[in-house]
Amino acid sequence: MSLLKVEGLSKHYQGKHGLFDRLTGARHTVVRAVNEIDLTVEKGEILGLIGESGCGKSTLGRAILRLHEPTSGTVNFDGANVTTLDPAALKAMRRRMQIIFQDPYACLNPRRTVAEIVGLPLKLHGLAANEAEQREKVAAICARVGLKPGQIDRYPHQFSGGQRQRIGIARALISHPEFIVCDEPVSALDVSIQAQIIALLLELKREMGLTYLFISHDISVIGYLADRVAVMYMGQIVEMGPVEQILANPRHPYTQSLMSAVPEVDHSGPRKRIKLSGDLPSPLRPPTGCKFHTRCPLAVDACRSQQPDIETVGPGHTAACHRLAEKLTLLDEASA
Amino acid sequence: MKDALLEVRDLRTVFETRAGRVCAVDGVSVAVRRGECLGIVGESGSGKSVTFASVMGLVKAPGRIESGTIVFDGRDLRGLSPRQMRAVRGRDMAMTMQDALTALNPALSVGEQIAEVLEAHDETLPTRGAARRAAIRKASVEMLGLVGIPSAETRLRQYPHEFSGGMRQRIMIAIALACRPKLLIADEPTTALDVTIQAQVLELISDIRKEFGMSVALITHDLGVVAEHCDRVMVMYAGQVVEEGLTAEVIGAPKHPYTQGLLASIPRPALRGEPIHPIEGQVPDLIDLEPQCRFYSRCSQRRERCLAPIEMRAIGPAHNARCILAGEEET
Ligand SMILES: Nc1ncnc2c1ncn2[C@@H]1O[C@H](COP(=O)(O)OP(=O)(O)OP(=O)(O)O)[C@@H](O)[C@H]1O
Ligand SMILES: Nc1ncnc2c1ncn2[C@@H]1O[C@H](COP(=O)(O)OP(=O)(O)O)[C@@H](O)[C@H]1O
Ligand code: SF4
Ligand code: SF4
Ligand SMILES: [Mg+2]
Ligand SMILES: [Mg+2]
Repeated sequence: MSLLKVEGLSKHYQGKHGLFDRLTGARHTVVRAVNEIDLTVEKGEILGLIGESGCGKSTLGRAILRLHEPTSGTVNFDGANVTTLDPAALKAMRRRMQIIFQDPYACLNPRRTVAEIVGLPLKLHGLAANEAEQREKVAAICARVGLKPGQIDRYPHQFSGGQRQRIGIARALISHPEFIVCDEPVSALDVSIQAQIIALLLELKREMGLTYLFISHDISVIGYLADRVAVMYMGQIVEMGPVEQILANPRHPYTQSLMSAVPEVDHSGPRKRIKLSGDLPSPLRPPTGCKFHTRCPLAVDACRSQQPDIETVGPGHTAACHRLAEKLTLLDEASA
Repeated sequence: MKDALLEVRDLRTVFETRAGRVCAVDGVSVAVRRGECLGIVGESGSGKSVTFASVMGLVKAPGRIESGTIVFDGRDLRGLSPRQMRAVRGRDMAMTMQDALTALNPALSVGEQIAEVLEAHDETLPTRGAARRAAIRKASVEMLGLVGIPSAETRLRQYPHEFSGGMRQRIMIAIALACRPKLLIADEPTTALDVTIQAQVLELISDIRKEFGMSVALITHDLGVVAEHCDRVMVMYAGQVVEEGLTAEVIGAPKHPYTQGLLASIPRPALRGEPIHPIEGQVPDLIDLEPQCRFYSRCSQRRERCLAPIEMRAIGPAHNARCILAGEEET
């Protein structure tokens, strides 16, 4: 049985008072940030979630933890339906399901010391008998993530981005969770610091037997650490499969263009690249049919009116596109 | 350097802060040749933006250029009056800023902002009246079209917040290119963008460079971007240039331990299952730096000799590195 099973999960935001609304002057509109998503995560694996900014990755991660209440659908964690838990049971469940946030600057309370921030989950879940035990546990986890003992009484603004990310990791780990949503934990960091944090997260996973949903917009990061990959576009998963398959044999035109757009150091000089025209459509006015049709070089009439179903294209590998049967790849088209 | 459009020598730019004197740029020499794309890489805070803000004459108090020479197209820019400098900026060289939303004026429409540059610098325009307005309008529509913004006629009336991040970067590029500068300085033009949009913006810069024979200084911290788009690259660390050379040489055979560390830090699908080797520690404070090698505390190869000031050394005809090991026999 999968550790996490998500079925038909949706999170719709009322655009009425939202930022988009003010910017576009639109009224009474709904943003389908996450729309009817199915996925599973096995115990001990890393499922990578990739997609462009605004496609709904963070919303999905938060809806799974009910940090944002889902609009519909179910989330099963270790056999329990998270979506119907009462507040007390949800609180208990949160000990086992944690999140590390994208922005190491915004997610830490500036008025609390590191010891207080990291110790809070122990307090919330009654995991320390007294102050002394709490402090001991905080010191141990802080040391484990690479903070120095002298630093735990300092405030977040006294730390660099990489160190703040370590604080966030310590806070997520202190309650000994089994599952962690890593929401772009390295995106705001320089490459050398990014490598430090990735190495730390992988070590911790091995030591503690953790399971990650790892969100990133960086294919190199996902390709390096994920076991399976889900590719998201405008609130939906358009392709999902083992990482080797997604990297070597991407089947959805969006995945293919994403792969071809990544600049690589091993690749000098210009190379064949799939050109997508246009920007991401406004989430307030999503395209009909396949949501990718406004940018897809392979779009045909059916794409504009009918939403493609999710099909199995290989072992554990699925994709949603009308033209899968033709086994086209955009790179061939680009060279043709 | 032969054929240099921009030649900066021994530039030192400092900021007087309450905590002390921050030497953001400390003896940087850099040249950009005609028609080339030079990449500038390095971690956040290494002095990339301040170096080029100095070139543009855009360093504001409490910052100031303390010493050095900046020669652009044969003219010594440090000797120019503010007025002469304004004329050079925008007409001969232009810079796009890291953060497009704050760099664009939120109160002016995109059309007004392009027109402002043309008004100030384009000497080919009719001198006054309806003909001048029409010419400005025509040129503006052309510029937006060039950077791939459709329905330019209506888009000119819109304000920066009405565009997506990728479009705002492209608008900034359009403004920077309005007077066909000889040098475009692009400060992290794609860092905030998604890969598919990043590819569009970089391709655009590349096409325009080839079409107009423009030079480009591309500031980035993505070595992949450098590998694909730059002829030469300069690596900065803690206010100094630590390595420079042809992109293929620097990325293919890096000689400075910092450059080596940056390359080893990049996660790659090909390395699945193998540990990555991050550079330990972090960038030092730029206040009261010791005279020793700036990378000393993080360097896996440091030794006693590194505690002295380290000069740039030549490793090849056009490849230099600031490390005592550079050019020594490989061990
Ligand atoms: N206005 C200022 N006052 C004080 N120090 C400053 C100021 N602007 C820049 N600095 C310092 O100068 C150094 C270099 O800054 P700069 O912005 O050039 O780095 P960078 O390499 O472009 O970094 P990033 O990639 O984050 O933009 C940093 O240590 C920074 O703190
Ligand atoms: N509180 C909110 N109110 C209205 N719209 C929102 C809200 N949060 C997110 N959205 C919208 O939902 C979509 C997905 O957002 P998000 O999950 O943050 O994407 P990502 O993490 O991939 O950048 C976007 O269109 C975003 O604007
Ligand atoms: S369904 Fe059509 S538009 Fe969508 S990805 Fe497939 S070919 Fe492209
Ligand atoms: S000079 Fe010494 S400390 Fe500096 S980079 Fe070279 S080996 Fe490392
Ligand atoms: Mg996000
Ligand atoms: Mg900068």
